[in-house]
Amino acid sequence: MERDRRPELDKVRTGITGFDEITFGGLPAGRPTLVCGAAGCGKTLFATTFLVNGAMLHGEPGVFVSFEERAEDIAANVASLGYDIDGLVAEGRLAVDHVRVERSEIEETGAYDLEGLFIRIGFAVDSIGAKRVVLDTIETLFAAFTDETVLRAELRRLFGWIKDRGLTAIITGERGGGQLTRQGLEEYVSDCVVLLDNRVEDQITTRRLRVVKYRGSAHGTNEYPFLIDAEGISVLPVTSADLDYGVTEGVISSGVPGLDAMLAPGGFHRGSGILISGEAGTGKTMIASSMIAAACARGERCMAFVFEESGHQIARNARSIGLDLQAHVDSGLLRFEAARPSLYGLETHLARMHRDIDLFAPSLVVIDPLSALRGPASELQATLLRMVDLLKSRGITAVFTSLRTEGGFDAQDEFGVSSLMDAWVKLLNVEANGERTRTLYVIKARGMSHSHQVREFRMSSAGIQLVEAYIGPAGVLTGTARLVREAEERAEALRLRQEAERRRREIARRRDAIERQIAELRAGLEAAEEEESVLLGETEAREGRLEAERRERAARRGAAS
Amino acid sequence: MSDDKGLEKGQAPDEGAEADLDPNHYHLRLYVAGQTAKSLAATANLRRFCEEHLAGRYDIEVIDLMKNPKLAAGDQILAIPTLVRRLPSPLKRIIGDLSNTEKVLVGLDIRPKDAP
Repeated sequence: MERDRRPELDKVRTGITGFDEITFGGLPAGRPTLVCGAAGCGKTLFATTFLVNGAMLHGEPGVFVSFEERAEDIAANVASLGYDIDGLVAEGRLAVDHVRVERSEIEETGAYDLEGLFIRIGFAVDSIGAKRVVLDTIETLFAAFTDETVLRAELRRLFGWIKDRGLTAIITGERGGGQLTRQGLEEYVSDCVVLLDNRVEDQITTRRLRVVKYRGSAHGTNEYPFLIDAEGISVLPVTSADLDYGVTEGVISSGVPGLDAMLAPGGFHRGSGILISGEAGTGKTMIASSMIAAACARGERCMAFVFEESGHQIARNARSIGLDLQAHVDSGLLRFEAARPSLYGLETHLARMHRDIDLFAPSLVVIDPLSALRGPASELQATLLRMVDLLKSRGITAVFTSLRTEGGFDAQDEFGVSSLMDAWVKLLNVEANGERTRTLYVIKARGMSHSHQVREFRMSSAGIQLVEAYIGPAGVLTGTARLVREAEERAEALRLRQEAERRRREIARRRDAIERQIAELRAGLEAAEEEESVLLGETEAREGRLEAERRERAARRGAAS
Repeated sequence: MSDDKGLEKGQAPDEGAEADLDPNHYHLRLYVAGQTAKSLAATANLRRFCEEHLAGRYDIEVIDLMKNPKLAAGDQILAIPTLVRRLPSPLKRIIGDLSNTEKVLVGLDIRPKDAP
């Protein structure tokens, strides 16, 4: 593996999704590995997958030595996974030898050994040049032979022989008797022991796998959930506790222009985790559908894990807001994975998602709703954490919807996931004045500034539209209250306008009046000035006359004197 | 019962005709792996045993799996040595070096010809 830089034990890839990761490369090459577990744990499938992958992917032929099932049964069991055992046998890439052990047919009459088994395995190995061997389940031999001492000695010799031949082998063993295997095979196979487990909790089965020991190699020590379904066996490496994943750059639109506008970059960061929470009927799924439609329109692959509705139902409902999701499904861009939450345990859900996501490689994943997943609180928290990690480490934008219970309108959230989320959009139905209004607001959006307003939105066949917010002295108003308020404001504005008009007219009128007065006064003044000049003229004339009279009188006096 | 030819061959070429006719004819096949002590002991024990109890109505085929490994799967051989009673039916398997005569008798389901 890439993570192990030191030269280490040679390893052989099993090709089992996830298993090669937790063992950092697979099973120890040229050594036997014990795979044990109770009945129905998937031991045989594990072993068969190991062989088939070896033959098909890694060019290593393999021999299946079955002590329980006939060759036809083995072929039939895995045919549904697309493994063509018969074809591989015909091509000489696989050999199946059914070792039938029938106690009743065997009578022991003295010293013997199991050389015959060695010869059979050896012959099968040589005939196709096998590198891999599966012995399933060798413990059956204990039922056939009474001389356990001989048997144990022979098993020890067999495992030694496998090592000498350099065969990578899987030996399966049934769990029991307080030991890993009923007959204590772990005593002989000490290089690598894998334990498969099938646990039922709350009537839900979860398969788990644990590498009990792996001599000479580091390995994941946890219990890892694994899946057996139509895709075969896959193990989920779940402990990606590291936060060293890269950050995907870019901004993606939510498909709701108004919501994009509330975020400074014009959308959410690519690869971020987005939580859409709200009560029932607030439009969570519709917003998620918008994001899906937007991503598909950009040509990106989307995967939706839906737990409460079928994919068809969501597609139909989305049509009501003008989104044609079905077209995206048909074009292969969108895939719905619908499952009842109670169908699997949490771990299995997670493992399934992990596998599906790796196969489909979407760039947007929707989980609707997250709150449908139920389980013990501690497990739930851990599962969600891993789910978020899983998505983030792959740079996948994740949209989680979460149903909030009535009255849960505070920052406290029951899953403790909000801290894992990069963005959180809360939907809220506001009830006032006998009506309900859809509103949304962005609680947080890491790495961007965003609007803090509560915004009203409407869903119609034209899509989801955010309504321009009314912000006035009475606060943010929505719905009819907003309309009423807006009407009031319009009336008020009209009144003010009319008032202003009236005042303007008044002033104009007064100006006219004053100007008229001014004109009158001026006219009066002019008249007075005219009169004054007339009077002045008269005065000058009189004074002239008086002067003349005075001079006349003086002359007369002078002449007299 | 039949004409006693006293067949006692290492490799019986013909196991067909007269064996089918005679329900008391024993067709035995001994699987060994090389000339090991156990193999040799089993071979010797078998021949002695047959002479004592089945004189004249048996044939033995000894198969060395070291030389013919692919024959091991056919008769479901695990343990070595294994003696397979192919006839009379049903098929019986006896493992070990045949040193325990009692068990061989039981295992082969032998009714001695001249039962005392």
